[in-house]
Amino acid sequence: MNIEQQDFYTQAILSMAALVGLTSFLMLGQGRLLRLIFVFALQGLLLTLTTTLAAYSLNSPHLYISAMMTLILKVIFIPWMLRRQVVLMNMHRDVEALKNNTAVMLGGAGLMVFSYYVLHPIVQTSSAIMLNALAVSLSVVLLGMLLMISHRQAVAHVVGFMSIENGLFFAAIVATKGMPMVVELGVAFDVLVAAVLFGIFFFHIRTSIDSLDVDRMNRLHEVDQ
Amino acid sequence: MPIPTTIWLHGANEHEPAKSIYFRDQFVRQCHGWDWRMPVEFYEYRSQFLQRVTMMVLILAYAAVLCSFASGMLALLINQRTSVHALLERVPIQRGGRDWLDDCLTESRYPLRLKQAVFIVLGLSGLLAVLAGIAVLNSQSAFTDQIGLGLPWLPWHVRFDSLSGFFFLIVGIAVVAVSIYGPGYVEAYQEEKHPFAVLGLFTGLFVAGMLLVLLADDAFFFMIAWELMSVASYFLVAFQHENPANRRAAFLYLLMAEVGALAIILGFGVLASFADGLTFDALRQANLSTTWASIAFVLALLGFGMKAGIVPIHVWLPEAHPVAPSHISALMSGVMLKVAVYGLIRFCFDLLTDVHWQWGVVLLVLGTISALGGILYAMMQPNLKRLLAYSSVENIGIIFMVLGLAMIFMANGFPQLAALGLLAALFHAFNHALFKNLLFLGAGILQHQIHSLDIDCMGGLIKRMPQTSFLFLIGCMSISSLPLFNGFVSEWLAFQTALQVDVLDNGVLRSLIPVSAAALALTAALAAACFVKVFGMIFLGLPRSRHSEKAQEVDDKGMLLALKLLAGLCFFFGIFPTLIIAALNNVAKQLIGQTLPNDTLQSWMWLAPVSAQKASYSPILVLVGVLIACAFTFWYLRRNPDTKTMRRAATWDCGFGGLNARMQYSCSAFTMPFRRIFAKVWLIDEQIDKDMQGALDMDVSSIRYRLQVEDHCWPRLYQPIAHGINSAARLVGRIQTGNIRVYLGYSFVTLIIMLWVVSL
Amino acid sequence: MNWLLAIVQTLLFVALAPLLSGWLKWCKCHLQNRKAPSLLQPYRDLMKLIRKQPVVAEHASWIFTRSPYIIFSAMVLAASVVPLIAVDLPTAASADVIVLVGFFAFARFFLALAGLDIGTAFGGMGSSREMTISSLAEPAMLMAVFTLTMTASTTNLSLAIAHVLNEGLVLRPSFVFAMFALILVAIAETGRVPVDNPTTHLELTMIHEAMILEYSGRHLALIEWASQLKLMLYGVLIANIFWPWGIAQNFSIHALGYGLLAISGKLAALAVFLSISETLVAKMRLFRVQEYLSFAYLLGLLGMLSHIILEASR
Repeated sequence: MNIEQQDFYTQAILSMAALVGLTSFLMLGQGRLLRLIFVFALQGLLLTLTTTLAAYSLNSPHLYISAMMTLILKVIFIPWMLRRQVVLMNMHRDVEALKNNTAVMLGGAGLMVFSYYVLHPIVQTSSAIMLNALAVSLSVVLLGMLLMISHRQAVAHVVGFMSIENGLFFAAIVATKGMPMVVELGVAFDVLVAAVLFGIFFFHIRTSIDSLDVDRMNRLHEVDQ
Repeated sequence: MPIPTTIWLHGANEHEPAKSIYFRDQFVRQCHGWDWRMPVEFYEYRSQFLQRVTMMVLILAYAAVLCSFASGMLALLINQRTSVHALLERVPIQRGGRDWLDDCLTESRYPLRLKQAVFIVLGLSGLLAVLAGIAVLNSQSAFTDQIGLGLPWLPWHVRFDSLSGFFFLIVGIAVVAVSIYGPGYVEAYQEEKHPFAVLGLFTGLFVAGMLLVLLADDAFFFMIAWELMSVASYFLVAFQHENPANRRAAFLYLLMAEVGALAIILGFGVLASFADGLTFDALRQANLSTTWASIAFVLALLGFGMKAGIVPIHVWLPEAHPVAPSHISALMSGVMLKVAVYGLIRFCFDLLTDVHWQWGVVLLVLGTISALGGILYAMMQPNLKRLLAYSSVENIGIIFMVLGLAMIFMANGFPQLAALGLLAALFHAFNHALFKNLLFLGAGILQHQIHSLDIDCMGGLIKRMPQTSFLFLIGCMSISSLPLFNGFVSEWLAFQTALQVDVLDNGVLRSLIPVSAAALALTAALAAACFVKVFGMIFLGLPRSRHSEKAQEVDDKGMLLALKLLAGLCFFFGIFPTLIIAALNNVAKQLIGQTLPNDTLQSWMWLAPVSAQKASYSPILVLVGVLIACAFTFWYLRRNPDTKTMRRAATWDCGFGGLNARMQYSCSAFTMPFRRIFAKVWLIDEQIDKDMQGALDMDVSSIRYRLQVEDHCWPRLYQPIAHGINSAARLVGRIQTGNIRVYLGYSFVTLIIMLWVVSL
Repeated sequence: MNWLLAIVQTLLFVALAPLLSGWLKWCKCHLQNRKAPSLLQPYRDLMKLIRKQPVVAEHASWIFTRSPYIIFSAMVLAASVVPLIAVDLPTAASADVIVLVGFFAFARFFLALAGLDIGTAFGGMGSSREMTISSLAEPAMLMAVFTLTMTASTTNLSLAIAHVLNEGLVLRPSFVFAMFALILVAIAETGRVPVDNPTTHLELTMIHEAMILEYSGRHLALIEWASQLKLMLYGVLIANIFWPWGIAQNFSIHALGYGLLAISGKLAALAVFLSISETLVAKMRLFRVQEYLSFAYLLGLLGMLSHIILEASR
C-alpha cells in the first residue's frame, strides 16, 4: 500500500501513530522526572486528539466521551498527581544517570522493527492501517516495558505502566473503532485506582526505605539479612 | 551480434589495407540493416583475428608475470658484480653502450645501477599489466590457455577475463608507482643489515604471485599462486627482522595466512567433491545443495576474509603492515587485500553460481562491523602506518558491505542493481588501491625524512615539505570521500545502491539495509575526522620534535613522482569516473550478465547509475563551479592594493606569552571526545600520575599521562583459542610417553586398523 | 534561461544570507528585552571586514589563508543545488543531495585544518570538537534526507521537492521524524544554542569560534558569510522539503515573485522559532551533545524505517 492512496483520515491517524511512538522514545531517554511526566501528558494529549479524530470521522459520538476521559485522566489528573508527589518528595531536582542511553534507544528502535515484524502476517488479512496502528501500539507497549526496565525511579515505573496502558488504548481506538463504553469506563476506573494506589505506595516505600530508587528495594531480599 | 567492432576495424586496417575498405563497407551496411548476410571470409577473418588478439593479450599478461620474476632474479645479482662483469665482457655491444656499461659496472656505481635496473624491470611488469588489463577490458571477451608446467597430467589452466583484467589494472598501477618510488626509498637500507637481494627477490615473487592468482583458472594453480604471494610477502614483512616485534608480527601474519589458505583449500575441496576436476569450468558445473554451497561460502569467506582483513580476523594487518618497508606496505595494503577481494568475488559470483541472500546479509553485517571498527581503531593509533592499516580494514569493510548488497539484490532477482553494487564495490577497491598506496608511500617519505612514524613527533611539516604535504593532502581528501575526489564517487555509488532497497520484499532486509547505510554514513564522517587529525597533526601547527623541526623535503625525484602519479590519478578519476565505470560495466556483464542502463554512459560528463531522473552527479560541472566561485572571490577581495598583502603577527596566546609546541592539541587530545563517546569500542587503559610538592603536598609539580588503547579481539577471541590449543596439545602430549616400545605399539595398532579399513 | 535563473537564484541565496542572520538577531534581541541592531548590520560588518587588511598568525601556512575561499566556494556551490524560489534547476542535476552533504563535509574539512594550522590549543580544541559533532551529525542528516529521497525515489533535490509538491498534502509519519531529525542536526551543524553558542568567546564552551579565532579581515568576512549561508541553507532545506508550497514550478515572473515571498515568509517564521528556542534553552555540556545527536540519528533512522515499513510496505 502507498500512503498517497489513503484518505486524509488514515494519513492523520498514521501521523498520530508516529507521534505517539515518538513520545515513547522521548520518555525512554528522559532522565528528569518532571520532564518525563510532561512527555507522558503529551502522549495523553495525542491520544485525545486521535480519539477525537476517530470520533469525528467515524461519526460515533461515544468516542467523544472517551476522548474527554483521556483528557481528564491522562493529560490532567495523573500527570498533576505525579508531579505533585515528585515535588512533595523533593525529587524534581534529581537527574537519573541513565546508563547506556544510546544502547537503550537503539534497542527501542529494534523493538519497533520487531513489532512490525511480528505483526506482519496480520496485514495480509486486514487493512494496512490496522497493521501500522497495531504495530505502533505494540511498540508503545514494549517501549513502556523497556522504560520500566531501564529506569530506576519508581515514579518512572508508574509512567511506564501508564504508557503501556496508553498503547493498548490506542490500539483499541484505531483498530476496533473504540471499545464498548462499559469496558472503557472500567479501564479508566482501573487506571485511576492504580494511580491512587501507586501514590499511596510511594509514601510507604519512601518512609520505609527512604528512597524511591527501586534498586534499593534489593535490601528487602531475605538472603541479604 | 556481439562483434568487438572497434578492434575489428582497427585490426583490418592494420593487416590488410586492401580488404579493409570492403569490410568496413560491409560493416556499415550491416549497421544500417541493409544486408545481414556476411561473406564467408568475414567469419574466417574474424576468427583469425580473434586468435591473434588472444595471443597478444595473453602475451602481455605473461610478459608482466615474467618481468616481475625477472626483476626478482636480477636483484640476486647485487653481490655478483665480478661475474656479471665477466658475462657482459663476452656480449658484443657497440662502442657507446660499452662505455656506459663499464661505467655502470664500477664498484661504486654498480649497486645503485642494479637497484635501478631491478625497479625498471618491475615497473615494466606493472606497465605491461596495465596494458594487458586495458586490452582485455576493451576486448570484452575471456582468453583461455594452458601451461604445461606443474604435474604432467595437471596442466595449469589460465583464463584472462574482464574481472582479472580489472584487477590487473589495479596491480599494475600500484606496481608502477612503487617501482618509481622504490630506488629512492631502498637507498636508506644498509646492505649488510638489510640485503637488497632479499628485498628485490621477494618483491618480484610477490608481484608475480599476485598476477598469477588473477590468471589462475583451476583450483590447483590458484593455490600455488596464492601461496607464492603469501610466503613471499611473509619474507617481506620479516625483512627488518632484527627487531623481535617484527619477527612476531611476521609469524602472526604467516600463521593467519596459512590458516586462511587452508580454509580456501577446503572451500575448493567442497566444490570439487561435487564436480569432476579442479578446473574452474568444472567447478562452475558443480551441482551443490544449499547446505554444501553455504559451507563452501563460509570457508571461502573465512579464507579470503582473513587475507582481506575483515573484523575480527584482521589482527595480522595492523601488526604486519607497519613493519614492512613502506613500498611493500603500500603493495600489501593497496593491492594484496584487493586480490583477496578478487578471490571472494570469483568464488561467490562466478564459481558458486546461485547466491543466497543470507550470504549477502553475512557480508553486509561483517562489512559494516569492519568499516566502523576499522575506522574507530584507526582513529586511536599514534603510529601512522598502523593507522593506515586499520583504515584499510575500514575500506575493505565498505567493499564487503557493497558486495553484500550486490549479493542480496542478485538473489532477489534484480541483476541490474546487483551490477550497480558490484560496480560500486570494484570501483571502491580501485580507489582504495590508489589513495592507500599514495598514503603509504607518503608515510614512507615521512619515515625516510623524520625517522619516526609517531604522529605525535611530527607537526609543522607543511612549510618544510611543501610538495609531500600537498600530495598527502590529496590522499587524505580522497580517503575522507570529499567531492571532486575518487573516494567520493564510489561512496556515492554505494549510497545509491543502498537507496534502492525499496524494491525488496523481505522485511528483515528492508530494515537492515537502511541501518547499514546509516553506518556507512557514520563511517565516512569518522574517516574524515580521522584524516583531519592525521593531516593536521603531521603537517600543520608547530613542530613537536627536533627531527620534524629539521626535516627537509625529500630530494629524490622518483619518490615524489610516484606520489604525484597516484595523486593525479585520484583527482583524475574523481573528475572522470565514467571511464572506470565503462570498464566496470564489462566486468559486470561478464560476471552477472547485466550492465547498467545506457543512461550511465550517455555522456562522459554525467554519472547517473540508475537513471538521470533518479540520481546524477557531474564532477566536472562541480569543479568548474568551484573554480569560478574561488577565482571570483579571490580576485574580488584582493582588488584593493592597500589591503592585498597580509600582515603577519604573533599568534594570540591569551596574553601569557611563550606559546610553544607543547601547548598544541596532540593526537590523543584530538580524539579524546571520540574516546569518550565510543568508550566501549576499545579497551582503554588511561593513567594519570601526579607528583605533588610544596606545603601540604598540594601543588602539582609534574603530571604523567599514559594511554593505551587495545583491540577487543585479542582477549575475546584469540586468547581463548590459544588457550584451547595449548590445553588440547597438553592432552595429546599424554600419549608421548617417551618409551620406544609404546611408540612401536602405536604403529602396530595403526597398521592393524588400516588393514581392517582396507578390507571393508 | 534555466541556467540564468539558477545563477540568479544562487546569487540571491548569497545576498540574502546575512539578512536572515540579521533578522534572527533582531528577533532574539526583542525576545530578550534588548535593543536590536539594524537588520542590515551583518552587511555592514561584512563590508567593514572586507575593507580591512587581514592579520595572519606567524606560523600559519597556505592552508590557513586559502581555506576561507575554499569554504565559501563550497557553500556557494551548495547553495546552487538547493532550490530556493523555483524547482527544476539545471544545477540540481550536477550535484544531488549526497553531494550536498559532501560539500558541507568539504568546507568542514578545511575549516578544521585551518583551526589546526596555527598551532594553538584553541584551534585544536575547536577542530576536535567540530569534527566530533559533525561526524555524529552527518549520518543523522543523511538519514533524514534519505527519507525524502526514498519517498520521491530520487536523490535529485529539485525533483524530490517537485515530487512532494505535486503529491499535495500527504501526512507522512516518516516526514515528521525526518523533520525533527533535520531540525536537530541543523541546530548542531550551524553552531546554535544548545550545542554551541555563536556569540560566546569563552574558551571552555566555544566550538566554531575557537577554530576561527585567528581569522581577521576578508578571511573572517568569508568565513562569517559562509556560516550565514550554511544557516540559510539548512533553513531552506527544512522549509522547502517539508513545506514546499509556494515554490515556483514555472519561470513566470508572477510565480517567481510568489516563490520569493513564500520562502521569505517561511524562513522568517523558522528564524522566529529558532530565536524563541535559543532564548528558552540553555547551552548543554559538550558531552551531552552526543546524546542529543544520537537522538537525532535515532529520529532519522525511525523516519527511514517508518517510511520503509509504514508507507511503502507491500
